[in-house]
Order: sequence, then structure tokens, then C-alpha cells
Amino acid sequence: MRLYALAVYLFLYIPIGIIALFSFNAGRYAAQLQGFSTKWYGIALNNPFVVDALHTSAVVAATSSTLATIFGTLAALALPSVRGPLRTIIDALIYIAVMVPGIVIGIATLIALVTVFGWLNPLLVALWPFAEAAPQLSMGYGSLVAAHGLFAIALVIIIVRARIAGMDRSLIEASDDLGATPWGTFRQVTLPQIFPGMLAGFLLSFTFSFDDFIIAFFVAGSKTTLPIYVFSSIRRGVTPEINAIGTMVLAVSLGLLVIAQFILQRGRRPTT
Amino acid sequence: MQPDTDPPIAEFRATTKMFGEVGAARDLNLSIRKGEFLSFLGPSGCGKTTALRMLAGFEAPTSGDVLIDGERVNDLPAHRRPVNMVFQHYALFPHLDVTDNISYGLRQRRPRPAAAEVAQAVEQALETVRLPGYGRRRIWEMSGGQQQRVALARAIINQPKILLLDEPMAALDRKLRRDMQIELQSLQRSLGITFILVTHDQEEALSMSDRICIMRAGRIVQIGSPRELYDRPNSRYVADFVGKSNFFAGTVSRVEATGTALAVAGGLRIIGTAAPGLAPGQTASASLRPEQISLAHGTTTADGTTCVPVRVVNRIFLGEHTEYLVQHDDLGAFLVLVPRQAEASEGSFEPGEPAFAIWRDGTALILPEDA
Ligand SMILES: Nc1ncnc2c1ncn2[C@@H]1O[C@H](COP(=O)(O)OP(=O)(O)OP(=O)(O)O)[C@@H](O)[C@H]1O
Ligand SMILES: [Mg+2]
Repeated sequence: MRLYALAVYLFLYIPIGIIALFSFNAGRYAAQLQGFSTKWYGIALNNPFVVDALHTSAVVAATSSTLATIFGTLAALALPSVRGPLRTIIDALIYIAVMVPGIVIGIATLIALVTVFGWLNPLLVALWPFAEAAPQLSMGYGSLVAAHGLFAIALVIIIVRARIAGMDRSLIEASDDLGATPWGTFRQVTLPQIFPGMLAGFLLSFTFSFDDFIIAFFVAGSKTTLPIYVFSSIRRGVTPEINAIGTMVLAVSLGLLVIAQFILQRGRRPTT
Repeated sequence: MQPDTDPPIAEFRATTKMFGEVGAARDLNLSIRKGEFLSFLGPSGCGKTTALRMLAGFEAPTSGDVLIDGERVNDLPAHRRPVNMVFQHYALFPHLDVTDNISYGLRQRRPRPAAAEVAQAVEQALETVRLPGYGRRRIWEMSGGQQQRVALARAIINQPKILLLDEPMAALDRKLRRDMQIELQSLQRSLGITFILVTHDQEEALSMSDRICIMRAGRIVQIGSPRELYDRPNSRYVADFVGKSNFFAGTVSRVEATGTALAVAGGLRIIGTAAPGLAPGQTASASLRPEQISLAHGTTTADGTTCVPVRVVNRIFLGEHTEYLVQHDDLGAFLVLVPRQAEASEGSFEPGEPAFAIWRDGTALILPEDA
């Protein structure tokens, strides 16, 4: 049994280990090790296409996770006051949003946006009051942020809601009792209490968006995110440069996940 | 404590609170005097916390009024009421240290008091609750007893007109609870703030309060000083709740100025003082406190006493007193409290031994059966 588990872990992690290992390979072929070097990291970070893709990914991840954190938190705060069948429906939708496969989200968002753009663009042309050509809505940053944000908002709601549920209600009453206005109580008690949840939600959303390939592949339009860049370069063969990029993405993601996990754990510290 | 005639600091006027079908508090009528230490005493679920929360502003009455300092406050939110509460589980803010917890109330004031002023008030509050130097501790670094002191300091620093305490001692161990009770009482005396305490611990209520308000199923059953409640309970329920008592059920056979007679089992009659409104033929209970009964080896025919043969069942040594559980053929089992010197003269009684239980006629209380 133990051996079996060990085999599974090896199977899972050896490829990742190999990628990381070969990213430090001095040689130019992915197949043979020729001494330690960090030159591929330098080459990757000097490649304008990589830098551009990295920039796109970072902007999309930051924007979508920030928006998701704000609106997800607001939703999580409002949800306790929703009761009855409506609440059941909302809860189900939130969990479904997290469970739907990325490919479905990708295709669905693509079809939806293309349809909507198809209606709106002629309208824009017709109503545009200026001399130059009217701007056209198309896939790009907006659609990426929307599709990633959609998933991330559900994630944030679930995490923040757990924090709110775990919060001692009498803390709010104590603040009220001590003369704080409702806004004062929110700022000084509720917000600090749920902040770890918000931060963890933000980091998880960021990681998700930064790593995502499937959804981005459908809705990126002319934009290239880092995973899309990696995918398209692989068709030209795996180079140590790709390994270096993969290792960097892995490091960032793992780092953020560890931080998120740490924050969530610390938030659970017993207090009374 | 102020005399009865001064305006009350708080009042319930026909106050009722319903939670759906549940009447958590029903038709409460109570005037709370300025500077008094009042306790709400009653079993779990009788509405003590609900009454307190209506004063704090966390629950609005379904009908009737709540007044604080002469002003109707039914719709005044908690943060605008001049009262503060010590919560059962303290409800200290875990993300703030001790100082920031204690200064929380002052920091909500507009205009904001000066930082130096706040710091000094915190210093003094820590002094008062005997936690000097603990200001920069985190909450979870404090013991239960220390947390409770922080909760107390956080409330009294605001100099509320009324301090509300919801079973503040429930989470403390026995010894610590005793110490805190004494401390709370002296704190109340020195601050002169009106304290309202909720408890289901009768000893706590009896030892600390100026007045006790006994509740049952959402209603106030009796209000009075600990002594009044002990000596003149108005119902079997109160007599049972305040101190220990033996109850003998029977029928009122005679009501006279000199005493009321209750016919109980075995043709016996217990003579006592009746609560007003008892008429012959009514069922009632005679309440005899264990210390009102004595034990003897021999019978007595002294005038004005009742003497019944019993068998000693059990004996519990309590230090200054010994508590005996005795069994009478018709009356059943009851408790007798024998002081040390009485035992010295009469000798002790062994379980299984026959003995005589004696009480003076007229000492019993004849109480109506509870509605
Ligand atoms: N928010 C609420 N919703 C519904 N019912 C409530 C609510 N608060 C209290 N009750 C009910 O009102 C009654 C009185 O409750 P309350 O908390 O005042 O009792 P208590 O005397 O403080 O009891 P305890 O000693 O157990 O704290 C109980 O039957 C309780 O179930
Ligand atoms: Mg209670």
C-alpha cells in the first residue's frame, strides 16, 4: 500500500522535478544534462515574447483577482441575510461555478461574448458620433478578466463565507455595545476578522488565473498569456527556456498557495 | 443605593419579547434603582438574557417599554445607549491587544479623546481590575480569569450608567469564581455604577446582590433583597430556588391571625405563616428550612412544638453543620441541618438509627402551589 502511494507520488512529481532540473541545464538539448547554469532564465526573461506574455498574465491575474476579491467579499457579506429557496439556488450556483470544467467555462464564455459582440458592434458603428472609425469590441483583456473573474469570485465567496460563519457574532455586538457605529464596527471588527479569508481568496484567484491555460485559450483573442505562449512554443520543441519559464510559474504559484494556506491556518487560531 | 423615591435608572414597563411563538420575556415590570446591584436569577431558558439584551439594545421589545434614565429607549440602537455589557464568553477582540480592547469604547467617541488621555484611562482601568503591565499582551495569551478582567475593564472605562453582566463567572472555576464575586462586589461599591447581573447560580445572586429578581418561564416571580426572598418567598418555586427547603404538600385546614394550619399526610398538621390569599380547602405546601428543624434522641411534648419520629438515612458533614437526611413514614424524606454545638450536647446520629425531628409551630411557611 505504501509502495503504491509512493509510486503515485513519484509519477506525479518526477516530471515536475525533471522540468525544474533541466531548467538549470547548461546544454541546449533537453535530453542530456551538461552542468549547472541559470543562463536559460536570463534568455527567457530577455525574450520580448515571454516578457509580453508574462505582462499580460500578470495584468489579467491581478485585475481579475482584485475584482473577484472585492465583489466576492461583498457577496459573502450580503448572503447571510438571504434566506429560503433563493439562498439554496445561489449556494448551488456558487458551487457549480467552482466545479464546472475549465473547458466548459472557456467555450461558454467565448460563445456568449462573440454573440454579444456580434449584436453590439454594428450598434456601436451606427451610433458612433465621431469622424474616426468606431471602436470594435473584441476578445482580449476584458474577456480574460471576465472569464477568470467569474471563477475566482465563486472561490472568494466560498472562502470568505467560511470566515464569516466562523466569526463570533458576539464580537459585533460587543463593538456595537461599546459605541461603534455600524460602519465603525465593520471597519474595526468585521473587516480585520475576514481579512485573512479575503487575502487567501485573492492569492488563490491570482494563482488560478496566472496558471490557467484552458479558459484563456478560448477567450484570449489576440492576447498571449504565459501558459498560451508556453503551449505554442512547445510545438517547436521543448527547450530549456521553456523549462525555465515553467519552473518560474511553478515557483510563483506554489509560493502564493503556501502563503494562502498559511494565512488560512493562522486565521483559525483559537482565541477564547 | 438610592432611596426608593428617587427616579429609577432603568425600567421595564409591561415589557414583552416574543421570538415567534416563544415568549422569552412576558409582561416584565421592574424599576431598577440607581447604584444598586440587581441580579436576574432563574433556571436556563427563563428569559434572563433576553431581559438584559433589551437593556443593552440587542433586542427590541415586542410590546411594552424599556426606559433608561427616564428616557424611552425601545428603538435606540445599542451603540447609543449609556450602558455597557460584559459578555458571557467575554467577546474580546482577538485581533487587538489588551490595551486596544480596553480603549475601544473611548476611541469610538466623537470628538476623539486625546491619545494621552486614553492611555491614562487604560492604565487606570488596568489598575482597577488588577492587571497592571498587561497592556501589550495578546488576548489569547491571557488566562480565562484575566480575560474576564479585561472584559470588565473594557466596559467600566466608559463609565456607563449601567453595567450589564451576563453570567460573567460561568466559565471560571469555583475558587476563581468566589474571588471574582468578592472583587465585583467591591468594585460596584467603589464605582457606584448600577450593576445588573444575570446568573442561574443562587449562591452567587444571594451573596452579591442588593436585590434579586427571580424569573420563571419569561415572567418575574418575585423581587426582593436576598433576605426577603429567603425569609418570605411568595411561592414554593422561590423558596426552592433561594436556599434549600423541605416541602410538605397538604390542604389548608384553618387560617387565623395566629397561624395557618396545613393538613398533611398521616393526619399531621403543620402550623405556619401563610402567604396572603390562602383560604381553607386550598392545596398548598409547607416549607420548612433544614435549619428550622432539630433532631433529638428522645421525644418532647413541649408546648408549641411538633415532634415526629424519623429514621436517619444519611449524614453529610459540612463543617459547622451536619446535614441529615431523615425518613418519616408519612411525610417522606427531608433534610435537617444540625449545628455543631447542638450535636455536641445531643450526641451524633448514626444512619439507620431512630430519632425525633422537632420544629417550632409557626416557623413554617404555607405557600400556594405553583400555578
Ligand atoms: N434569538 C432567539 N430566537 C429564538 N428564540 C430565542 C432567541 N433568544 C432566546 N430565545 C428563547 O427565549 C427563551 C429565553 O431565552 P434566554 O436566553 O433569555 O434564557 P436565559 O434565561 O438567559 O437562559 P440561560 O440561563 O440558559 O442563558 C428561551 O426559550 C430561548 O430558547
Ligand atoms: Mg442566558
